Amino acid sequence: MPDSASNSASLSVAQRAVLPIRNPGDIVRVRQATREHAVAHGFSLVDQTKLVTAASELARNTLDYGNGGEVEIARLIDGMRKGLRLTFSDQGPGIQDLQKALTDGYSTGGGLGLGLSGARRLSNDFNIDSAPGKGTRVMIARWR
Amino acid sequence: MDRIPILKMGPFLLVTIQVDMHDQLAMQLQDDLTARIVAVRARGVLIDISSLEIVDSFIGRMISNIAGMARVLDAETVVVGMQPAVAITLVELGLSLEGVRTALNVDKGMALLQKSLEDPEVEQ
Repeated sequence: MPDSASNSASLSVAQRAVLPIRNPGDIVRVRQATREHAVAHGFSLVDQTKLVTAASELARNTLDYGNGGEVEIARLIDGMRKGLRLTFSDQGPGIQDLQKALTDGYSTGGGLGLGLSGARRLSNDFNIDSAPGKGTRVMIARWR
Repeated sequence: MDRIPILKMGPFLLVTIQVDMHDQLAMQLQDDLTARIVAVRARGVLIDISSLEIVDSFIGRMISNIAGMARVLDAETVVVGMQPAVAITLVELGLSLEGVRTALNVDKGMALLQKSLEDPEVEQ
C-alpha cells in the first residue's frame, strides 16, 4: 500500500507526541490531542473533524482488539504541504484477514465494522501492518 | 459515575449532549433513556447533539440503538443540531443513521415530535 506520508525525501516532522491507549478515557484524550494538533497545524474544521473521527475509530480498535497500545501524533511538513500523521500500534493478537478487516460491515467484535474502512476513507494516506501474534500498526495521514 | 441529564417536558424527554462522551457514558445514556421512556411513558425523545464535535461509529450506533429501542417502546426519536462538519464526516465514514429522524434545531425537532403525537399515521 502506498505510504507517501513517510517516503518523501523532503518530509520533516515538526512536532510529535505519544499517547497511551489503555482505557476508554484515553480514547477521549486521543481525540482531544488530535484536535489540538490539527488546529495548531492549520487544518479546516471539516478536516479536523475527519481526523478526530478517524482517530477515535482507530483508538477504539487499538483498545478493543489490540488490548491497548499507543498512538504517535506527528505534525508533518513536506515542502509547502502540511500534514498530520497518526500511527496506532498495539501488541495484540493481530489481524487474521486484512482484506476482510478492511471491508465495510465486517466485524469480529460486534461493532458496525466501519472503524478501519471508515478511518481509511477519512484519510489521504493509509497503511496497515499486521499479522497473527505480531500486533497491529495502522498509520493514517491527512494533508491540508 | 457521570451521567447525562434527561429532562422531561410534557410527553417528551430531552437530552442535550454537551460533553465529549467516553464509551461507557454513551452506553449509560442508552440504558437511562430506555428506562425513563418506560417510567414516564414518554412518547418522544429529542437528542440535541449541537455541542458534539464528532460522531464516530460508536456514538452513531448508540443513536441508532436509542431510536430503535424507543420505537419499540412506542416513542419517536429526533436528533437535532448536527454540525455541518459532523454531517460531512459521518457520511464519509459510512454511517447513515438509518431509521433516525433528524431536524435542524430544537424548535423544529419539537414540532416534529408534536406532529407525530397528534397524527401518528403520518410518518416521515
